[in-house]
Amino acid sequence: MAQEPRQQRPLSEEELKAYYRAKRGKNLALLAALVGFIVLVYLVSLVRMGG
Amino acid sequence: MSDGTADIGSDIALGLGPAREQAGAGGEASVRDYVALLKPRVMTLVVFSGLAGLMVAPGALHPLLAAVAVLCIAIGAGAAGAINMWYDRDIDAVMSRTRSRPIPQGRVEPAEALGFGVVLSLFSVMLMGLAVNWTAAALLALANLFYVFVYTVWLKRRTPHNIVIGGAAGAFPPLIGWAAVTGSLAVAPLVLFLIVFLWTPPHFWALALYRTGDYARAGVPMLPVVAGAEATRRQMLLYTLVLLPLAPLPALLGVAGAVYAGVALLLGLLFVACALAVLRNRDPKAPKRMFGFSILYLFLLFAALIVDRAPGLLPELAPGLALLGGWAA
Repeated sequence: MAQEPRQQRPLSEEELKAYYRAKRGKNLALLAALVGFIVLVYLVSLVRMGG
Repeated sequence: MSDGTADIGSDIALGLGPAREQAGAGGEASVRDYVALLKPRVMTLVVFSGLAGLMVAPGALHPLLAAVAVLCIAIGAGAAGAINMWYDRDIDAVMSRTRSRPIPQGRVEPAEALGFGVVLSLFSVMLMGLAVNWTAAALLALANLFYVFVYTVWLKRRTPHNIVIGGAAGAFPPLIGWAAVTGSLAVAPLVLFLIVFLWTPPHFWALALYRTGDYARAGVPMLPVVAGAEATRRQMLLYTLVLLPLAPLPALLGVAGAVYAGVALLLGLLFVACALAVLRNRDPKAPKRMFGFSILYLFLLFAALIVDRAPGLLPELAPGLALLGGWAA
């Protein structure tokens, strides 16, 4: 007899909120890292080309 | 128009395994979990020793490029830590010291941690090469490869000398810092490398002495597990005795002054005293105290190196401030 696939527990309201919060935090951190990288590359280019 | 709830539904249906389901935040890793993967406490010491190498090196590096070099050392070290956590996830789950890490807790999937570490490692090496120089980048890559393949994969589970040889990975930052400024290597940074290299075994064995059960349970052949506590205590004293005359050597090589030499000698004597206290084995808390002191030892040693060198660097780093100082005098 084929085994039934394992059912995953649906998330509660509180867990969904925490899930949203964590995801939003990660997205903002990634945005900050990307913006920081762009600024860094710009500034490093200025320094390297200037000297 | 997309519906947020549908996105979450598909995410849950697609990705969350049982371990993540049990974890907080509905199974979604937080920024804090990714920061934890970078071993921030280890990173602090690595950054500090890298900064010391950078500051004692002869010559000048633009402050922005110096900051980029330090950033690359930090990211590279963190990336190696994330890959280490990916590889050691099985033993991390067994050891009480490490079982709260993001992977054993199910907050971060192992593959995510590996991807995170590899991407950051490549990024740090590329940025170091493009912004600073390729000698420093090659050393950073070598340090990461050494930590992951030589220490984590090859030595850690095979030999009690794991941290003796593997400790070399943590000794690279002063070399990288020096190479960032000069683009080459010399005797002085190699002495700094040796100091960290010889400091590592007593530091980790002090930890292993009061965590022997943890390491034994995980099957990691640390020296106290394999050779016993007595042999470990003798080895620890031996390393601190070798370190005692070596640590003041940068002063004789001209990269540090009398302040550094005095501090190095004093710290060295205290480190030997800690090792003697551990050897006498009268106080069960002695290994823990020695572990704490070993961290302080390296911090203060490199702080003395930086402080000793800082006045000479002031005109290069902040010419305006130095001029003002001269005018005021």
